[in-house]
Amino acid sequence: MTRLAVKSCGMLTTLQDGGRSGYQRYGLSNAGAMDRTALAIANLLVGNKPDAAAIELAVFGGELVVEGGEARVALAGADCPLDIDGAPVPALTSRRVAAGSTLRIGAARAGVFAYLAVAGSFDVAPMLGSVSVHLRTGIGGLDGTPLKAGDVLPLRSHRIEGPDLELAANPEPAPGPIRVVLGPQDDLFAQVGIETLLSSEYQITAEADRMGYRLSGPKIAHADGFNIVSDGIVTGSVQVPGTGVPIVLLTDRQTTGGYPKIATIVRADLGRFVQLRPGSKVRFAAVTLQEAVALARSDARRTASLMTAIRPANLDRLDSARLLGLNLAGEAVDASAGGPSKAS
Amino acid sequence: MLEPRILICGEYAFAIEYGTTVDPDLNARVLALDAALNAAKMPGVVETVPTYRSLLVHVDPLVADPAALAAEALKLARTVEPLAASMRRWRVPVVYGGAFGIDLEDIAARHELTPQQLIEKHSAPVYRAYMVGFMPGFTYLGGLDQSIATPRRENPRAKTPAGTISIGGIQAAVASVEAPSGWHLLGRTPVRTFMAKRDPVFLLAPGDEITFEPVPAGRWDELDRRAAAGDPVAEIVPS
Repeated sequence: MTRLAVKSCGMLTTLQDGGRSGYQRYGLSNAGAMDRTALAIANLLVGNKPDAAAIELAVFGGELVVEGGEARVALAGADCPLDIDGAPVPALTSRRVAAGSTLRIGAARAGVFAYLAVAGSFDVAPMLGSVSVHLRTGIGGLDGTPLKAGDVLPLRSHRIEGPDLELAANPEPAPGPIRVVLGPQDDLFAQVGIETLLSSEYQITAEADRMGYRLSGPKIAHADGFNIVSDGIVTGSVQVPGTGVPIVLLTDRQTTGGYPKIATIVRADLGRFVQLRPGSKVRFAAVTLQEAVALARSDARRTASLMTAIRPANLDRLDSARLLGLNLAGEAVDASAGGPSKAS
Repeated sequence: MLEPRILICGEYAFAIEYGTTVDPDLNARVLALDAALNAAKMPGVVETVPTYRSLLVHVDPLVADPAALAAEALKLARTVEPLAASMRRWRVPVVYGGAFGIDLEDIAARHELTPQQLIEKHSAPVYRAYMVGFMPGFTYLGGLDQSIATPRRENPRAKTPAGTISIGGIQAAVASVEAPSGWHLLGRTPVRTFMAKRDPVFLLAPGDEITFEPVPAGRWDELDRRAAAGDPVAEIVPS
């Protein structure tokens, strides 16, 4: 049986798939990959379904060894250098990997979350419908915790055939402000508060993790206090506690809460938002519900067009990359073995 | 009673809100709408989340127009009859104050009570479980003595312990796992309201009645050991 043995990795390296649904009524949020488009690209490059389980790496890279058989791997999302036994692999390209090979992933040069997918995905039992690790609850993955040195992930039995693949399109989403739909509690904010949200520059703070990103910037004025009787929260809710400074709630969020929610980030912009690092500047722009639905449709078309842009990898480039890799092997970027967590 | 209304929660969800208060009748209507909406099996409805006073409906806008689904749900909301919730009464042991409830003394002082008086006021009522949310098994309670209602902290704490017994605004709660919270921590229970490897995984349900039994700190270790081994520790008692 083929396995992926973790030799080192950052502290927030977790198994994630499309997340779980049906348990929010018991207080268990979805979990799942923070950047679903990046998860889909990594999976499609190795021939998996878009939502298959992959390793989510947050900022820091890692070192993994393929054991017991050959595998095919691909990395997408945050811009991290990848080499296999010292040979650099171009971005957004899958690679057939022989047993005994070492995958070395460097720290992200841009973005936060990268996804390492393996052909056939991982042979890990789902818990309540998903293998996604939900950190605060301690469920999913191998044992409900992030991956660490010494962990061994079994791969599903899978025949590696056909050529390596590459994505012949730019997966970068269009830049611009992060779009939001106002509500559900926009009526609990002063008009000036809504104007503050939509006209100011905010910054992602270091208090950012899979549950949510706390922002810094101008305070948003409530109309009348900041206590509401707790109600439901969705991924992308922009919650404003008494401090007046927004917190964006994400996939590991609480399912309900009692601070008013001024707006909701549209799903099409969520991947772009979660890839913003602490210190990054962000602006928000309001769209109507119907515009948000149209954005959801065009985002689905964009993801579908990425699927059609996946084709056999250019063999010439593969050869030159190999040659380059031999020259650079001694200087390959060292993967970070841990380092401080960026989580709160 | 307010007319139910639609709240927009982005293009992937909406809520049907019956009111803005903690009220057993509002909650019973929410549970009724939840049952009716799930029975209707409308294409595009992914998952529903009943809360105190509103029903959050997760939808897939690529399958059905969220505005049209919300209009359908609102029609249903106007017609459903409140469900008679199942009535189990639980007795939940709590160690109050000290390291178990770091805000007990402050909150007592804010209400010009002694810590013991605050414990008595908090453990006197029969609470009603209105919803399970926020974190797995985190149970929100109505029935708090309004003379000890206390606005939430302006700035939530990043971490509070599993099993925390807290109050926030006019609400009370039994917490499950370690979590951030802006509520005031009065005590802790060894009861696990959520335990992935126990049957049942979730102990408390909306509609249940909850009472608190103050227990001395000296009993914590024994109760906690039993709870960790899968014993509910909370007891169902006659109402």
